[in-house]
Amino acid sequence: MTAEVAAETRPPPPATDLALWVENVTVSFDGFRALDDITLLLERGELRCLIGPNGAGKTTLQDVITGKTRPDTGAVYLGSRLNDLTKLAECDIAKMGVGRKFQRPTVFQGHTVFENCMLALSGAKGVWRSLFGRLGAAQRARIDEVLETVGLVAERDRLAGVLAHGQKQWLEIGMLLCQDPQVLLIDEPVAGMTPPEMERTAALLHRMAGQRTVVVVEHDMEFVRSIARKVTVLHEGRILAEGPMDQIQKNPRVVEVYLGA
Amino acid sequence: MTEGVPLAPAAAPAPAPAPVPRAPRGLPARLLVIHTPRAWLVLAIAAVILGLVVPLVAPDYMVPLFGKFLCYGIAALALDLIWGYAGILSLGHALFFALGGYGMGMYLMRSIAGEGVYRSQLPDFMVFLDWKALPWYWRGMDSFPFAITMALLVPGLLALVFGWFAFRSRIKGVYLSIVTQALTYAAMLLFFQNATGFGGNNGLTDFKRILGWPLHDPATRRALYVATVIALVFAYLLCRFVVTSKLGRVLAAIRDAELKTRFCGYESTNYKLFAWTLSALLCAMAGALYVPQVGIINPSEMQPSNSIEMAIWVAVGGRGTLWGALLGAWLINGAKSWLTAALPSAWLYVLGALFVVVTLFLPDGVAGLGRVFSRLTKRGRGS
Repeated sequence: MTAEVAAETRPPPPATDLALWVENVTVSFDGFRALDDITLLLERGELRCLIGPNGAGKTTLQDVITGKTRPDTGAVYLGSRLNDLTKLAECDIAKMGVGRKFQRPTVFQGHTVFENCMLALSGAKGVWRSLFGRLGAAQRARIDEVLETVGLVAERDRLAGVLAHGQKQWLEIGMLLCQDPQVLLIDEPVAGMTPPEMERTAALLHRMAGQRTVVVVEHDMEFVRSIARKVTVLHEGRILAEGPMDQIQKNPRVVEVYLGA
Repeated sequence: MTEGVPLAPAAAPAPAPAPVPRAPRGLPARLLVIHTPRAWLVLAIAAVILGLVVPLVAPDYMVPLFGKFLCYGIAALALDLIWGYAGILSLGHALFFALGGYGMGMYLMRSIAGEGVYRSQLPDFMVFLDWKALPWYWRGMDSFPFAITMALLVPGLLALVFGWFAFRSRIKGVYLSIVTQALTYAAMLLFFQNATGFGGNNGLTDFKRILGWPLHDPATRRALYVATVIALVFAYLLCRFVVTSKLGRVLAAIRDAELKTRFCGYESTNYKLFAWTLSALLCAMAGALYVPQVGIINPSEMQPSNSIEMAIWVAVGGRGTLWGALLGAWLINGAKSWLTAALPSAWLYVLGALFVVVTLFLPDGVAGLGRVFSRLTKRGRGS
């Protein structure tokens, strides 16, 4: 596989083993092209790293996939041609199985760790079900299991707002586990983490990737190297290169615009 | 995060979940979610004092005043639901309150048909305007059940429609507050006009009886007071049911991080719309109970300061605690009743100063005082 990929010349994606594909998406803000005809294919179970300098369009791409930003042109398909995410609201996209972790850890400050996970839990999300529904024992067990996985059992009943930065990161990852999405978009998971924590995060991401598709946006190249099987480099709203990490690192254009001399 | 729990072996197929003890279900369990047994006891005692002891011992002239306070209390609960829990500051709740009041006022007007100054079947102000027939929107208001239904339905529908457009367009924060205020102001101007058909700036007054009972009779007043206590307890329990449900948690989540809530799969618009409409309905109920006890409803009930005062009750009492909102409504109105008699010119300054002090030093209001105190004593006991 060559590092440089001309998006336009790709054959139409086979609908079988692709989890999510972004097709010719363009987004412009006041004439500035944040995304310029991007096409990105993600296979089921894959762990993909998305890198690129500031302003490359990484966040905008996640915004488009999760429904926060509507693209000018193009489409995003989840699992099948029938599911065009660009036509759906954020909450419907989430219910279809796309989870997102923000760059800055975003948790519900006024709720306990347990309640945060409870809110993220997959299941009915309607008004009436929320008003009359009760948390079942199986759901409680599921949350406790997740809290164990992310190491927050001791913090179960503490308010999320008082957690340390790293713990909030873990909580947000835990919430994603509760949400149990098919596709996870994770923005800078290890920012503010210590090296042992980073190791645990890497292990967790690998574990999650087996069944699900995980897209990680990260600036820490050490971390990217430690987890990535395949890397996509964004630059000025376009895909500059795509391939295994060792190829990417040798790519002269990537070195020029991003990795530095 | 110094000592994390080790990760389970990767990609192992999940074993069948071990049998977990079933959580208690049914009504008793839900009641215990709403309140602890001790809080239920406190609530029952408070309800008995308010609903039985007060009407027995209070002098006649105080009963409608207390009834008025209870109505304000219901309005405070309604505002707290939407502001304290869902983070939506409405500066237009006086509109829903007044519309509920007008619904009741229309019934009270119709029940004295033929007994006005002009001995006409039409309300006096219509005779004065030389109207020959009842406008269509007054029809049926001589029936109490119909009038009560309209007193709730009209404000409820208005809230639903307004909320639908506002929340769908993602209007929030101070913009939403301003829009609610503008809506209320527009309604006030509309009601001030004689042609609107609600008595212009005089509003509706000179009521004589409700359901056949004379309004000036102390017994009727006490009955209205007790009805208001029942409505207050109902409103409190309903709000409590909502905020202790998962829906209440979603509302607070929307307040703290709406986008994240949407990314968790919740259509925040529907949640906000639910809380908003419920809040408007409760406020309308308060207004409908208010009018027979104070004997008048006019457009000045919709003036901006009324809605703002409601927000101050909740801020002073404590946003996000229902009892705090109640306490705030009663403290402020008690102080107002006393001060406007003792030192009429000082009231607005006191109110303003109170708001500034609470905003700066007591973000959780009077209800937060208890929390600060208990934290201090806990710390004292711990050391």
